Amino acid sequence: MSGRVLSAGEGSSTRARIALALFFAALAIAPFLVGDFLLSVLVIILYFAFVGQAWNLMMGYAGQLSLGHALYVGIGAYASAALFVHFGIPPLIGALPAMALAALVGASIGLLAFRFRIGGVYFALLTIAFAEFTRILVSHIGWLGATEGFFLPIENRTDIDLVALRGPPHMFYYIFLVLTGAALLAIRRIMDSRLGYYWLAIREDETAAEAAGINIFRYKMIAVMISAGMTALAGIVTAFYYNNLFPTDVFGIHRSIEIILAPIVGGLGTLFGPIVGAFVLGILGEGLTIVLDQAGIATAGVKHLVYAVFLFLIVRFLPGGLWPWLAARLGLDRDWRA
Amino acid sequence: MTWDIVANILIGGVLTGLVYALMALGLSVIFGVIRVVNFAHGEMTALAMYAAVLLFEGGRLDPVLSIPLVAGGLFVLGYIMQRRLVEPFIGRPEHEQFILLLSVAVILTNGLLIAFGPDARGILTDYSFDSYAFGPIIVDKTRVIAAAGALVSALGLLAFFRYSRTGKAIRACSDNLLGARVVGLNVPRLYGLTFGLGAAAVGIAGCLLALVIDVLPPLGPELTLLAFIIVIVGGLGSMTGALLGGILIGMSEAIAGLLFTPSMKSMLSFALLILVLALRPQGLFGKRAL
Repeated sequence: MSGRVLSAGEGSSTRARIALALFFAALAIAPFLVGDFLLSVLVIILYFAFVGQAWNLMMGYAGQLSLGHALYVGIGAYASAALFVHFGIPPLIGALPAMALAALVGASIGLLAFRFRIGGVYFALLTIAFAEFTRILVSHIGWLGATEGFFLPIENRTDIDLVALRGPPHMFYYIFLVLTGAALLAIRRIMDSRLGYYWLAIREDETAAEAAGINIFRYKMIAVMISAGMTALAGIVTAFYYNNLFPTDVFGIHRSIEIILAPIVGGLGTLFGPIVGAFVLGILGEGLTIVLDQAGIATAGVKHLVYAVFLFLIVRFLPGGLWPWLAARLGLDRDWRA
Repeated sequence: MTWDIVANILIGGVLTGLVYALMALGLSVIFGVIRVVNFAHGEMTALAMYAAVLLFEGGRLDPVLSIPLVAGGLFVLGYIMQRRLVEPFIGRPEHEQFILLLSVAVILTNGLLIAFGPDARGILTDYSFDSYAFGPIIVDKTRVIAAAGALVSALGLLAFFRYSRTGKAIRACSDNLLGARVVGLNVPRLYGLTFGLGAAAVGIAGCLLALVIDVLPPLGPELTLLAFIIVIVGGLGSMTGALLGGILIGMSEAIAGLLFTPSMKSMLSFALLILVLALRPQGLFGKRAL
């Protein structure tokens, strides 16, 4: 979490920078090399990397444990889809009210919790309660398709229309790739700014941070709102990628748990943790699905069981996550491990 | 809508609420003493329900009679969980404890899914359709048995903590950990017993719940949330709060089923949780500030 490291390990820093550039270059040409199935896996991995970054911002940096992030995905997805289907507003424009709505809901949860200094597990339960409340609410709103699902018109287009978010799968892949890269740069900048240092102070010791004159209520609210807005953006893109929305599928607690896996496995409060975690879990999960399919074993539940065992092993033996451990093995300096 | 219908539904809610209360009491005991939030609480309840269903299907054992077996099994499971899994996490950051128990919860839910499949399993005893009539009030026999069993068990647990030497020792750990260590109490063992007792309460609640509702794997997370709502509404760490909270949530579910549709019943519970956290975060019966 430190700032710039000056001379020590400058060489390893350069190598790491080159490795990072190569990594993103490889991802940029990936759609030309892989088939439809692998591309769909990569889309899911990048989705979890991006949402994981958003969640990590709130938990890893500002120290606020949310277990209801599926709520923001769902708000983004349902709001943009409803604006498109009912009013013909394209998602590029609809994204603004959708993200604003998610940030507003995040702010009201924050207002409720932070005003009374509800933290830790209580806050986590409050976020679950809001997500579950919304799941049941949407299940009863006919205008949003209720339990029968909300569908977007499917157009198998090969041309790319970014305004209406209509296009082939590789368009969605590139959108998530750009979002993940942009989030990486943005979070790095934030964490080098006053705001980032305030968050870390709040995470480490709220009372001390307040005594040092930080308005902890304001900065926790900012963390929740940015995280909610970012997460909603991912929801908007997935809504137009999958073209169907079901309340339990979107808001269910298993969705919220999925979101937190990548950043925890990769490394809470680290810049690259969510991306590393998303790739490790994605490869593990999909690899396992293929192996089990070939072995003819029914896969329901097995993937999540393995994820949970993996999560357990990480929190038990490597609570800092994979990335700090890996970065130390690769001889990267502290600036890169954080 | 006549008054006897309302009374019938409310009484049904109270009876089911008592079973919820016993389950929540287990959560409250574990949190109150060990200060660890058992996020796998509902999943353990679902496990107990499956055990009751299997004993009924395999051994024709009535769920009430399978209570000693299931509660004993859950006690051992709880004791081992505390000593093997949770103990190394005491003193580690709160979110790591939470993630630990979350992973246990997901392992249990998906383990149950793999073992028993996604379909609901229930118990149909020869008295499942019997009921008692008190004037215009008609109550199911299964609900009465479940509620009575839950109430007796809950009172037994409260009496254990109040009067027995071990119970007093456990309360001493929760009141003043340092003092408990100074007077020579074996804290790790007492913590193991506490988790075991909380799990045993879950085992009893699971057997009784299996009489009243069907079990399927996703019920686990739902019951975890329900237990949390009860405990927070009642006041975390307060045993009587957990009991009254259970009754209150049972009634609110019944009222929601009456006013809206049954599928919206847990929405009212969540609304109640949000309301309590907003207006009275220490819970309805809890003491101010922990």
